[in-house]
Amino acid sequence: MEAQGRLDLYRTMVLIRTYEEAILREYHADKKPVFDIGAGLVPGEMHLSAGQEPVAAGVCAHLTGDDAVTATHRPHHFAIAHGVDLDRMTAEIFGRTTGLGRGRGGHMHLFDPAVHFSCSGIIAEGYPPALGQALAFQRRGTDRVAVAVTGEGAANQGAFHESLNLAALWQLPVVFVVEDNDWGISVPRSASTCVTSNADRAAGYGIPGVRVEDNSVEAVHEAAGQAITRARAGEGPSLIEVHTLRLWGHFEGDAQGYRSDLDGVPGRDPLPTYENQLRASGDLDDAKVAGYQAAASERVEAAIAFAKESPEPDPATALDFVFARA
Amino acid sequence: MTLTEPSAPAGRKLSTAKAMVEAIAQEMDRDERVFVLGEDVGSYGGIFSSTTGLLDRFGPRRVLDTPISETAFIGAAIGAAVEGLRPVVELMFVDFFGVCMDQIYNHMAKIHYESGGNVSVPMVLTAAVGGGYSDGAQHSQCLWGTFAHLPGMKVVVPSNPADAKGLMTSAIRDDNPVVYLFHKGVMGLPWMAKNRRSIGPVPEGDHEVPIGKANVVRQGSDVTVVTLSLSVHHALDVADELAGQGVDCEVVDLRSLVPLDTDTILDSVGKTGRLLVVDEDYLSFGLSGEVIARVVERDPALLRAPAARVAVPDVPIPYARPLEYAVLPTPARIRQAVLDLVGA
Repeated sequence: MEAQGRLDLYRTMVLIRTYEEAILREYHADKKPVFDIGAGLVPGEMHLSAGQEPVAAGVCAHLTGDDAVTATHRPHHFAIAHGVDLDRMTAEIFGRTTGLGRGRGGHMHLFDPAVHFSCSGIIAEGYPPALGQALAFQRRGTDRVAVAVTGEGAANQGAFHESLNLAALWQLPVVFVVEDNDWGISVPRSASTCVTSNADRAAGYGIPGVRVEDNSVEAVHEAAGQAITRARAGEGPSLIEVHTLRLWGHFEGDAQGYRSDLDGVPGRDPLPTYENQLRASGDLDDAKVAGYQAAASERVEAAIAFAKESPEPDPATALDFVFARA
Repeated sequence: MTLTEPSAPAGRKLSTAKAMVEAIAQEMDRDERVFVLGEDVGSYGGIFSSTTGLLDRFGPRRVLDTPISETAFIGAAIGAAVEGLRPVVELMFVDFFGVCMDQIYNHMAKIHYESGGNVSVPMVLTAAVGGGYSDGAQHSQCLWGTFAHLPGMKVVVPSNPADAKGLMTSAIRDDNPVVYLFHKGVMGLPWMAKNRRSIGPVPEGDHEVPIGKANVVRQGSDVTVVTLSLSVHHALDVADELAGQGVDCEVVDLRSLVPLDTDTILDSVGKTGRLLVVDEDYLSFGLSGEVIARVVERDPALLRAPAARVAVPDVPIPYARPLEYAVLPTPARIRQAVLDLVGA
């Protein structure tokens, strides 16, 4: 991999982490002294993706805005890596009129048709619509692909298996991505899943399956490159499982009392890990790190400012958009 | 196959099934984005003949048999619609909605709203409804009230061939998800007892029936019977019979649950002062209560007698014929309800 490619992956990961830290700050800022999930500038459940940056950065490095991504209830890292409009995404999270869904969606329901991005609060249920996006791309004779993301807990849902079968049957240009962060909310993978690797399940559908260990962004990048190249060439779907890391709780406010692996978590944080790797290889130095961080902070704070300055929706418009106007 | 003929004689009659297919075929001709997918929609032609001949005419690229994976293929239709195609996807029996409802109500019906109007889902979801032929509790339901209860999808239910064509044309052209429910008993199938109105005149060429406009299929002055689907024909039969006894029924065919044509209902009840709602769906928490509520909310003084309902009395549809016909909204039950209303 070229040095610039590595730096691009790193830069994407820094932007995602900076974003998630800023949302964390804004989310909790006005929920004190007593935590009230529905209070404050950013109400509702909040699922942050810190620790899972390598998956989104590695996969989306191969995509353009013509390709589709369906993400999960923990969608920010994929949204950012895929180029979703950051201002309007942030405004949506803040529930503002300038948001991607004009305040109707929220952080689990982000839709940016400009880059064919969507996500869903329902486990595994982003897989089937990705089939249809891939079908549309295939029928139009393009080499565009659809990437469908779930967590490892969702790989036990019927939608997951139905989708693998149909995609393989119709040789759809889909790349299925499983983010194995070890935890389905509080249930460890060992208590939810009968196989040690969901990549093994791909064999049941006659498609390639690969598991990437160690949350390595470059390994994700390589595996995704092969899968996406294959899909673009009309050779059908693939599955990639990445053993990643949920650095924080399932949702903000989750005390994680169930979590048995917390002691080791900081040492597995992929961001300093990759930073050290790039420093060791001479690709990165203090000045470059500072530069990337400053650029990310500036971009993120601008998005948050945009959201805060945007008006809240007029309650009189709550019923708008139930149906498309002719 | 009449589909391949350039034109048919004037005043020609079609079964509801053929009228439905004709609409799909004409829209597929007109718009390359329209395609059909579902279980047994290909060489079988749809278990209830809803897609007969389409595969021969349009080929497997536009008429796709799917695996028995309703979540996957209905979800695929949603994704295709989001990308600008216009799928017509068949969920064979509406009773099967349980295995794929998440795609229907959490995705198909919600994406437009969640996206603040930025993403449309122009698809048609078709399914067969209704009982009366001993197919048991899991293959005889109507369930249209369930879909109509959940915001974001239009729900249409044709009762006759011309409406079947017109509503299908409108549904395919609509930029919203439309649930199109066809009663097996009005399809005009050769292997099922046929209502005589299940074969009737159908306009050639473009024929749209606007979604959300009820049809007063019989004018009358004494009682308004608001209904839909197969029950329209039962109501008309009862009305013809009671006309000889001096009872004049007006029959309103709703044609669409969402949007619901409240104005036509109110106009009719304003004229007759008596309201009977006939619904082959379950009694409680459904269409019949909704229709009565809308009248009462708008103007309870329109009613000269308490409103009445004939529906399936909150029981799974039984198998044995005497039991099934005891709970369906049969002409006998409708007739008695009308007479009770007039006598009240």
